[in-house]
Amino acid sequence: MFFPISGAHISPIYLVIAGFIIGILGGFFGVGGSFIAGPALRLVGVDWNFAVGTDLAHIVGKSAVAVRRHRALGNVDLKLGLVMALGTIAGAEAGAQLIQMLKRAGNVNLVVSIVSIVVYFSISVFMIWESQKTLRSRKGRSQRGLVKGAKSKRDHSAFDPVTRAIQRLKIWPMIALPASGIKAISLWIILLVAFVGGLFSGFLGGGAGYIRMPSMVYVLGIPTHLAVGTDLFEIIISASYGTFTHAVKGNVDILIALVMHTGAAIGAQIGAISTQYFAGPKIRLAFVPLPLIGAAIVIYTLFTGHKL
Amino acid sequence: MKKETARTLRAFAIELTIYALLVVAYFFLVLNLLGEWLYRLEISHRYTYAGLAILLIIGQAVLLESVTTFLIRLLRGRSE
Repeated sequence: MFFPISGAHISPIYLVIAGFIIGILGGFFGVGGSFIAGPALRLVGVDWNFAVGTDLAHIVGKSAVAVRRHRALGNVDLKLGLVMALGTIAGAEAGAQLIQMLKRAGNVNLVVSIVSIVVYFSISVFMIWESQKTLRSRKGRSQRGLVKGAKSKRDHSAFDPVTRAIQRLKIWPMIALPASGIKAISLWIILLVAFVGGLFSGFLGGGAGYIRMPSMVYVLGIPTHLAVGTDLFEIIISASYGTFTHAVKGNVDILIALVMHTGAAIGAQIGAISTQYFAGPKIRLAFVPLPLIGAAIVIYTLFTGHKL
Repeated sequence: MKKETARTLRAFAIELTIYALLVVAYFFLVLNLLGEWLYRLEISHRYTYAGLAILLIIGQAVLLESVTTFLIRLLRGRSE
């Protein structure tokens, strides 16, 4: 099938299957899946600028589906998502400016590659350590793998003492997040977490859910199920902003995004429904391969000089 | 438990087949009707195209979510 906006010939079946896989990952882990969607589009000959812009448009649609499903399950903290969107947009702009600076310095590819490998590996190693430690500490208790209902959304983490210390910081203004079970937390800490997520999004591309979702759990103390749903809600806002700016620059083929999204729509629902059947630490442990896949892609491009 | 799993898988397979048929019909409808028009819009009115792109993808998301929810209810006789 010919897509006139990007000038690419792509099988719609390929796009639907790619969208379906990305949809499942997004619905389950609360990530945009750009580290797979970008290379998947590049693989069939879509130019890199179109791959990035179109991926963002597809992320908006996929996240909208997953958020509706997560909202029905009580997994979205709208207040937190709206506050975080402000920090994310500011961070994304800062990340984009950093890229421009490195471009001018002439070493953008090397710096971005090394930073992303370090970040991806660090997230994976930390999450393996934390989720395994949490799961081991829960073994003595009468915990079952199957969780349902609001009470089961309260999950434990080996990082809890640090999280509680962060929540105790009284930096005015303090806000309450009743939907997430947090009585008071500094607005600045939320904005900082969002800003860092946005910075990575602008600097490394994609929605940066791989860093925002763990940060929400470990730094803000949001239960994993709510972090997944709220992260997706926040991604709708930040990815819409990204889609608009890329579309104005001529980097979005909305027809590709629409076709890809038909697969993602059903995948995202399956992923979102599946979160009901796994406890928080298990979701976090299953999340570990995602940043590693991202790291593997970057290492491949760094050593071969090819872009997937 | 096994019986329930088999029933869920069967419902999911039917759901996927109906969904695939709807999606194929949708492809031809949307791509044929909108393809050329969106292409011209992208060349001549970038800001309108950018706004419309977001509306289209969110609109499709809401529409497809409603379709899949309807299919789930229809085939399983209950909401997930």
